[in-house]
Amino acid sequence: MELFYRYQDLAPQLVPLDYTSCPDVKVPYELIGTMPELKDNPFRLRIAQVFSEDGDGHMTLNNFLDMFSVMSEMAPRDLKAYYAFKIYDFNNDDYICMWDLEQTVTKLTRGELSAEEVSLVCEKVLDEADGDHDGRLSLEDFQNMILRAPDFLSTFHIRI
Amino acid sequence: MSHRPQGLGEEAGGGARGRSRSGSPGTGDRSGRRPSRKPAPKAEGVTGRCGGPAGQEWAKGSPRPDSPQRKQVEHKRHREELGKQKRSTARRTREGRKKKNGKASLKEQRASPKKEKEVPKKEMWKQLKKRRSPSLASSASAGESLSEEELARILEQVEEKKKLITHMRNKPWPMAKKLTELREAQEFVEKYEGALGKGKGKRLYAYRMLMTKKWIKFKRDFDNFKTQCIPWEMKIKDIESHFGSSVASYFIFLRWMYGVNLVLFGLIFGLVIIPEVLMGMPYGSIPRKTVPRAEEERAMDFSVLWDFEGYIKYSALFYGYYNDQRTIGWLRYRLPMAYFMVGVSVFGYSLMIVIRSMASNTQGGTSEGEGDNFTFSFKMFTSWDYLIGNSETADNKYVSITTSFKESIVDEQESNKEENIHLTRFLRVLANFLIICCLCGSGYLIYFVVKRSQEFSKMQNVSWYERNEVEIVMSLLGMFCPPLFETIAALENYHPRIGLKWQLGRIFALFLGNLYTFLLALMDDVHLKLSNEEKIKNITHWTLFNYYNSSGWNESVPRPPLHPADVPRGSCWETAVGIEFVRLTVSDMLVTYITILVGDFLRACFVRFMNYCWCWDLEAGFPSYAEFDISGNVLGLIFNQGMIWMGSFYAPGLVGINVLRLLTSMYFQCWAVMSSNVPHERVFKASRSNNFYMGLLLLVLFLSLLPVAYTIMSLPPSFDCGPFSGKNRMYDVIQETVENDFPTFLGKIFAFIANPGLIIPAILLMFLAIYYLNSVSKTLSRANAQLRKKIQALREVEKSHKSVKGRATARDSEDTAKGSSKNATKAGTMPHSASQSQTLGKKAQGPGTSSSASGTMLPASSHLPISRPAGIRPDPGHAGPQTHPGRSASRKSAQRPPH
Repeated sequence: MELFYRYQDLAPQLVPLDYTSCPDVKVPYELIGTMPELKDNPFRLRIAQVFSEDGDGHMTLNNFLDMFSVMSEMAPRDLKAYYAFKIYDFNNDDYICMWDLEQTVTKLTRGELSAEEVSLVCEKVLDEADGDHDGRLSLEDFQNMILRAPDFLSTFHIRI
Repeated sequence: MSHRPQGLGEEAGGGARGRSRSGSPGTGDRSGRRPSRKPAPKAEGVTGRCGGPAGQEWAKGSPRPDSPQRKQVEHKRHREELGKQKRSTARRTREGRKKKNGKASLKEQRASPKKEKEVPKKEMWKQLKKRRSPSLASSASAGESLSEEELARILEQVEEKKKLITHMRNKPWPMAKKLTELREAQEFVEKYEGALGKGKGKRLYAYRMLMTKKWIKFKRDFDNFKTQCIPWEMKIKDIESHFGSSVASYFIFLRWMYGVNLVLFGLIFGLVIIPEVLMGMPYGSIPRKTVPRAEEERAMDFSVLWDFEGYIKYSALFYGYYNDQRTIGWLRYRLPMAYFMVGVSVFGYSLMIVIRSMASNTQGGTSEGEGDNFTFSFKMFTSWDYLIGNSETADNKYVSITTSFKESIVDEQESNKEENIHLTRFLRVLANFLIICCLCGSGYLIYFVVKRSQEFSKMQNVSWYERNEVEIVMSLLGMFCPPLFETIAALENYHPRIGLKWQLGRIFALFLGNLYTFLLALMDDVHLKLSNEEKIKNITHWTLFNYYNSSGWNESVPRPPLHPADVPRGSCWETAVGIEFVRLTVSDMLVTYITILVGDFLRACFVRFMNYCWCWDLEAGFPSYAEFDISGNVLGLIFNQGMIWMGSFYAPGLVGINVLRLLTSMYFQCWAVMSSNVPHERVFKASRSNNFYMGLLLLVLFLSLLPVAYTIMSLPPSFDCGPFSGKNRMYDVIQETVENDFPTFLGKIFAFIANPGLIIPAILLMFLAIYYLNSVSKTLSRANAQLRKKIQALREVEKSHKSVKGRATARDSEDTAKGSSKNATKAGTMPHSASQSQTLGKKAQGPGTSSSASGTMLPASSHLPISRPAGIRPDPGHAGPQTHPGRSASRKSAQRPPH
């Protein structure tokens, strides 16, 4: 319920209070991205894209609810891992490849690292986590790795 | 009008469904068929606005929960003759309608996500979904079968649906799909649940189901209520989003401490202070409850009260006020006994709760310590704290992530570069020497000051400073030594994390040393007072004797008893100790607040407002804003708590003061943090240091238990004050109670238990148990380490294999995979062959890597050679539908190994 109001607050002109009449409203990404919970997150665009239906970052209420149910503290690890994988998979090919990793590093450091450093880091990551050595991380590799991370659960959630 | 968006949503849902189970033939054709049937529900949606005739027919055709079995089977058969086709269309309309209803009533929609939130978590759903369509098909074909079979099948289905409902939250579906699935499943369960019971049992069964549902709902509401009742949750969340989780962890710790203190407060107030106030002798009735004549005229002055002398000293807040009457009031409440037991149980409760929370912390953190393999991956994927909702914090986080990346790159590049080890070593030794000097100096200073304060206490007119010298010196030491240590520690050139541990340890040692010097000096004082006591006792007796026997009075008139204020009395060392602790607590609190006010708030104000007219940028340059000092604050809190534990036996009111202190500091520090602090540049993880704090707390608890236990056990209580006066030792009160109030055989039992002949074997037994448990845990951890090593070895072997074998060989080895998978049973002994078969099996199964890994890991962990081919899933229950997509299978089994 609280979420609904939050959703509505984002775009009061778009979302009517009475949700019955037009259930198909979408809030554009520009508004989603300005939520205080998301506005400083380097992956906000990805998050919005992953949870929106057609991958453009515009969200319906259901997508919105989805997003926060996954990001809530009560969501199980595996679900979180699944969505984390999708978030870090920038080109949506179901694998985290070199390019995705580079994107991630660049976003995390805001381009402060040099190109060699970035590629070194990415190689290291692939070296560590790539279980089947095909040069990219599959969902299994990712889950295998992320489920051992001590603070994945504590960092991968958003409080409302 | 209204069916259009519905259709759109349907389409999206269908698309998502198709995506989520792509590759499964059992469901693939279902979802494939879906689009072709799409017009039907639409048409119905047009004819009947909500629901349509098919939906109504469906409702008619469905058996009532309370209808007889026969009839129900008839209905069922009838329905099945109508065919799957009909059924599915009907369901689709129903779905659509439901959805519309859901949209129509916002309430419903809001309720169901909530519902989903509460449901416990596990994962085993995908084959459910798949199995449903085959089972439907079979039920259609075996329409003529017996009702028992039908029932069994329905039962199975109901169970499945229930499972689906409970595990709904784990599915990575869009919310709309979850909603429809949930509704569908719930409806199904509701419909058939009633039909499952037989004859008479049916109603009972339905009733029981109803009750369980109610109970679950109640529990859920109660949980919601509980989370709402957690105090300061919003404040802490606010801080968390501004400063990251580590600062919030301090506040959570503070809140936890507040809870513990509230319980202690309740214990002491409820069982000691309130009975004494209500039922004990009133103030002024006996000497120990009266202010002595000499102090009387100044007893109400604020300066005296502020030192906890005067009226406060002779109040129920302190030990000395309590009388040694065995029972008080009409309840015949045994106050001395209660006092003693409460004193013991304060420690008991604190120990229990600290250890319990430590244990629960460790249970959560079992997976620590194996992060060595994935340093970079963890840095990349988990370093961003999604809680951060403040751009300043975000900036800091970016910087810290960048530096940590750089650090680990540097580490990686020159991992074994050692430069000038002698210089570093020398500097470290020097630093430690300096710090030990500091510690000794501070210890001596405190000892000196306490000694001096004893001299001051003998003198009559002493200034305010001289009276409070001890507290001031201790607070000043606590304020200035940590920065000094930090400067010295800069010499050592440690890694920041190790440096932090050292720093914490040193501050801890400082506080502890100070506290213990203080205690020793206090103990000297106590011994001095004790030796004087004999004299005073004689004087008292002599005075009373003289008073009653003095001549010059009329013998016939009985003399009025001596006014209690005039009776000479002993120094009552217990109260003195209690007063010292209370003063220490209060001055500590004041110093903390003043530090916050001056060091943080005024500094922040200065920086903020003087920045407009200053030569350099104050905010970025030298003074800047203060950071929140987590470690210092936590240590301060811990030591404060230690003082509370020590002092609460001699000053029952101390806990009350502490509760107030914690309450105010919660609000005050929250405000100070939000108004005048900036987020840390280097954030250390909250989750790891949590147990570290708890360990410190436990240590402090133990250390504060020691002096109290010593005084209880070996010092005689004062003869004229406190609940144990007149006894030889404080614990005599137990003996007395046992002898006088319990039946004799119980007394005998107690005497028998207290026999050293029984206690020593008991202690021995405990030691043996500890030894045993310790060795067991060691074995387990060793096994764990071995397993980890094995995994490592597997990975290594895999890597080398990979480099040797080309991709092409792996591709055409699908046929050989089955043959070689038999080798996997020997995984424990032959990691090489196991890994080989694993790689082969992996290629055969596609992404199902970890399923085979778990297959081999399980036997290894139990040290039993279970023959289980790696290719087949370990759980026979999962092996049922063979048409799994490799993905879902591996998803399931990927979580199976708990490491």
